[in-house]
Amino acid sequence: MLKFIAGRLIVVLSVGLTLSIVTFFLLNYVIDPAQAIAGEDALFEEIEQIREQYGFDRSITVRYFEWFTGIFQGDLGESYYWNKPVISLLVDRAPETITLALMSVSVTILISIPLGIMAALNPNSLIDRMALGIAVTAQAVPNFWLGLIMILIFALAFPIFPVSGDKTLFHFVLPSIVLGASSVPAVMRLMRTGLLDVINADYIRTARSSGFYGWRLIFNHALRNALLPVVSVLAVQLGNKFGGSVITESVFAINGLGRLALESILGADIPTVQILVFVFAIIFLFFNLLADILNAYLDPRLRL
Amino acid sequence: MIFKTFLKRLFPRSFDEQIYNLTPKELIIRKSSNHGGFKFGLFLLTVIFLFAIFGPVILDVSPYEQDLTKRLLPPVWKEGGTWEYIFGTDGNGRDYFARILYGTRISLTIGFGAACVGMIIGVTLGVCAGYFGGWVDQIVSYLLTCQLALPGLLLAMTIVFLIGPSITVVIFVIGATHWAFFLVVSRSATQKIKNLDYVTAASAIGASKFQIIMKDIIPNTVSQIIVIFTLEVGIAILNEASLSFLGVGIQPPTPSWGLLIAEGKEAIFFQPWLIILPGIALFTLVVSINMLGDGLRDVSDPNNKVSEE
Repeated sequence: MLKFIAGRLIVVLSVGLTLSIVTFFLLNYVIDPAQAIAGEDALFEEIEQIREQYGFDRSITVRYFEWFTGIFQGDLGESYYWNKPVISLLVDRAPETITLALMSVSVTILISIPLGIMAALNPNSLIDRMALGIAVTAQAVPNFWLGLIMILIFALAFPIFPVSGDKTLFHFVLPSIVLGASSVPAVMRLMRTGLLDVINADYIRTARSSGFYGWRLIFNHALRNALLPVVSVLAVQLGNKFGGSVITESVFAINGLGRLALESILGADIPTVQILVFVFAIIFLFFNLLADILNAYLDPRLRL
Repeated sequence: MIFKTFLKRLFPRSFDEQIYNLTPKELIIRKSSNHGGFKFGLFLLTVIFLFAIFGPVILDVSPYEQDLTKRLLPPVWKEGGTWEYIFGTDGNGRDYFARILYGTRISLTIGFGAACVGMIIGVTLGVCAGYFGGWVDQIVSYLLTCQLALPGLLLAMTIVFLIGPSITVVIFVIGATHWAFFLVVSRSATQKIKNLDYVTAASAIGASKFQIIMKDIIPNTVSQIIVIFTLEVGIAILNEASLSFLGVGIQPPTPSWGLLIAEGKEAIFFQPWLIILPGIALFTLVVSINMLGDGLRDVSDPNNKVSEE
């Protein structure tokens, strides 16, 4: 098990290193940061002046090493747009996004797992068709539009929930439904096919013939194995939620990392954007690693 | 026995269960004509395509012409709506129907363009990884992990906005961040195909690796790649709408659906149709594409039996 984790950790670290290089070069070489700060119709002299002022005239490799070693010393750079160290921005904004991510994954679990189980237990029935319909719909609805329609129905027409903001947990209900709905199709389909496979397995037939039936059979015997792949996909989805928070947070005006990312892009604030891209990538890698370890822990066959 | 064969020759359709006599082409036609979702998706998408191509030609409407005396007119089914402006007008007095109509063209262009870019990148890498194996495969898998870990939407937003948003940039950036599916599918398809006898035969008569890839492998992965292509078109359309909605994609006054929804957001309480109508358009387009894609997957899968109905 330790060897397995160590192997995965090496991959994660090397991918993280590559991504830090890719992000830095994309945002400092493909895009000219001085041009981005100065704006589109700035004079050549102005751009040159900014280039000198922020030190963009030095070689890109030198700047990369400065940036990368800075990360390990807790110095994530200085934001031009907010005039603050990037780290303090992250610390300010992270709690909202973490709350949103956790709540939206709970929404996904609450909707997709019961629906997937019901669909698998009654294949081709009305409930199965309905579950399929929900999946097809959720896949095609644009996230931001669903958010606006939710506001329209549950905040304006029937004022149950607040329109926007992030003061109480109550403010997070609509956003997490919107963000959670986007991963319902994938998780539900996985739950359904997984449980269908398990139900037709030999050991379930044996259990059935030895007198287990109904919910007891499903809960004690079938579900445990069918949930294996779902658990790891849920971990990956949780990692996705951080990157996916950009749209939901700007629709519902939640001051989290996603909104910070959008505002920084609109303000051409490259230091903040590159850290955010890197942080979201690391979060994704971390949850993938977690999913791999969870899977290996739950299913000993994978440890080989 | 003789009687039965005779009957079968006369009335082939009445022996539907005997699909063994059908050629693969006939089988696919039979399957697709029995697949409700496939037919519905194809029909809807054809209608939308015709609408996007011929609509602006036949109907004399302009999406840019402003008339500030006719701001925020309601659509025809609301009180005060007229047939002159079927979907009403927006905050600048532009014909909303015309804007949605022209928006169809933009969504379709970007959806298909971006999926093509993604397909070229993904299939090239996937076929190479599957065919050559070894260190090529290792490198490609590494690239795939990196691509999956990067927050695609955020990166696309940054690059599109800072390079300068235009339809071409949006197409290339969305395409460049969406090739993972193509890679995975073409890689595993190639791995299966390269060990088949006819590929060995081709290399035995002296076909070069390039010839084998172009003539023997890629044509046989097409059916699987088309399925992914269809689904990616839907994803790309949603991505473009998100970028434009956030203000970092297509810029005004171009009538992109995402932009229309962003503009309608200001008037959400009194003129909700300004966000509902383009949203329904977006939803209908993506649903029809997804249904077509799901249908294609069922139809082209040889293990999938002819529809039960």
